[in-house]
Amino acid sequence: MTSRTLYRKLVDSHTVTWLDDENLLLFCDLHLMNEYTSPQAFAGLYEQGHEVPMPDQNVAVVSHIIPTHPTRVRIISDPASALQARNLKKNCDHFGIPLFDTNDALQGIEHVVAPELGLIRPGMVVICGDSHTTTYGALGALGFGIGTTDVEHVLATQTLVYKPAMDMRIRIDGTLPVGTTAKDLVLDVIGRIGAQGARGYAVEFCGTTIDALSVEARFTLCNMILEAGVRGALIAPDQKAIDYVTSRAPDIAEQYLDAALAAWDKLHSDTDAVFDIEHHFDASHVAPQVTWGTSPDQVVAIDGSIPALDTILDHSVRGSAARALAYTGLRAGSAIEGTAIQHVFIGSCTNGRIEDLRAAAGIVHGRQVAQGVRAMVVPGSGAVKRAAEAEGLDRIFTQAGFEWRNAGCSMCLAMNDDVLAAGVRCASTTNRNFEGRQGRGAITHLMSPAMAAAAAVSGHITDVRQLEVLS
Amino acid sequence: MTDNTCIQGQAAALCIENLDTDQIMPKQFLRGIDKAGLKEGLLYDLRFDTQGQRRPDFILNQDAYAHASILIAGSNFGCGSSREHAVWGMQQYGIQAVVASSFAEIFHANAMNNRLLLITLPPEQVAQLMDDANDSANNSIDIDITAQSLRSRNVQASFELMPRHRRMFLEGLDSIGLSLSYQDEITDFASNHWTHQPWLRHVAATARRHL
Repeated sequence: MTSRTLYRKLVDSHTVTWLDDENLLLFCDLHLMNEYTSPQAFAGLYEQGHEVPMPDQNVAVVSHIIPTHPTRVRIISDPASALQARNLKKNCDHFGIPLFDTNDALQGIEHVVAPELGLIRPGMVVICGDSHTTTYGALGALGFGIGTTDVEHVLATQTLVYKPAMDMRIRIDGTLPVGTTAKDLVLDVIGRIGAQGARGYAVEFCGTTIDALSVEARFTLCNMILEAGVRGALIAPDQKAIDYVTSRAPDIAEQYLDAALAAWDKLHSDTDAVFDIEHHFDASHVAPQVTWGTSPDQVVAIDGSIPALDTILDHSVRGSAARALAYTGLRAGSAIEGTAIQHVFIGSCTNGRIEDLRAAAGIVHGRQVAQGVRAMVVPGSGAVKRAAEAEGLDRIFTQAGFEWRNAGCSMCLAMNDDVLAAGVRCASTTNRNFEGRQGRGAITHLMSPAMAAAAAVSGHITDVRQLEVLS
Repeated sequence: MTDNTCIQGQAAALCIENLDTDQIMPKQFLRGIDKAGLKEGLLYDLRFDTQGQRRPDFILNQDAYAHASILIAGSNFGCGSSREHAVWGMQQYGIQAVVASSFAEIFHANAMNNRLLLITLPPEQVAQLMDDANDSANNSIDIDITAQSLRSRNVQASFELMPRHRRMFLEGLDSIGLSLSYQDEITDFASNHWTHQPWLRHVAATARRHL
């Protein structure tokens, strides 16, 4: 057999049949659903009289719309959102699909909940009506987002009509400097290759930098690289990934473990596998990154400057930059450091995990949120929230003046009641700085949890490396 | 369904790169459990000011473009969120086709699944089409799906469609029905897949029971 990339192996091992020269029927091991991209798919099933033949390979989570106010019982007051949650429960009950409902102790953001509860295993194909499904590549599972028509297709057939992507390898070597994280790394990569730089490709990450990253950091990387247009992001599972999975999936532990380990051992690209394109980056020069514009690739190192427009040669790129600066109210050629912020949001499927909260708490400890700044921490899941509380992180945050909230997507896409007013500038650990993303007219600066914490205590965008750890 | 083979209409140039689906269909319009009412939400922040008044300078608000049904767009159109509401909203507004030098992948699949025609052309041709579209007196475009060709005042272009997508447009392919015709193959595949990797079966239900 000819040499294959990890991506090809995963596609091949899930190909039911080829439909034509370009498209195949891809078997989906796990399909995740949420409350806002699935309703019309279920409606389609009812209309057409289709069944869900494999309900146990599907799971649903209420995550985007729910309030995060720190109350014990959460009540969705917006009637339309409440109807979405009720409707999801009704649909899951009808078809026998497992659900993590609004007040489930294990509720959280779908991409945080699924791996932490052991639902994601190496070698799987995982899909979801949400673009950041690429997260699961961190465990050697092929994950990608789909639209609602495809959600309906998967529910009815447990397969997807799929056109394979091209192969890209991104090798990253070197040690990430102190004060920088996977978030800085991925923002740096997106800045280099652009918001369309990996469109049409499945990306495999490798190199000594990737090897050194924790599994949670790899989630951040695979989650956020979607913003470069990828159709999948993979990291070959190593011992760290396998330990992560086996410690969370007790059903594998006994009779299947040896067979699973043997199968996972084959989940890597063959040494002479050919990629359509390769990039090689050095992590040792990466500084903390901050976005200045309205696309995640409009990013700069904290000690760098927003590009001067006349240095951008491409006409349309220059136009986008000018448009973005008009929105964010920043000046071409000026420093990003020192920009005053009014809000800080720590959370999301990119950076709402326990390690993220630890990193932020490390900066916050012994300090106070700057006057005039509203800062909130929204854990990625109920489990993350409880773990943080067990470690005392919640007290570090609340004593500093942060709001400690319940789990959910919250102010990442602001579909719940956490919405920013026009003109408010936010240091955010989320994945998108699009116009209006956190509220119409609100301005988002993407950064790492530690950088967001540094912004909270200083009141402006600041270099976390300049802050001494006080704890 | 009227004529499936041709689209003819006025074009409007939307010269914005990386126009994301958050902008095409903002979050406040995603609260439904059906597809209704999305026409109102299309490009809402670009069409309306904060008081809800129409922005007169936005192209689709100008009288000459009130009935535009073809958009000439910037590259990587539809990037970001997977929300199919963006496609439904465009269709409810009356958009039948979008021409750009590139489209984001999930948006592309969503559009094709709903028979919103996306045409990818080289950047120079897209730029010419934008010029043509900006002459509101003479900005009609003819698209022939059978011939995979497009014609405006100054541009004559042919475009590629995947054969499957061409069939979707011309025959109204029932994707689920077609895939269900492989039901036996799917069942056999799953059975074999789970024999070799039993830890992939009932994952969601098993986990839910354990927790």
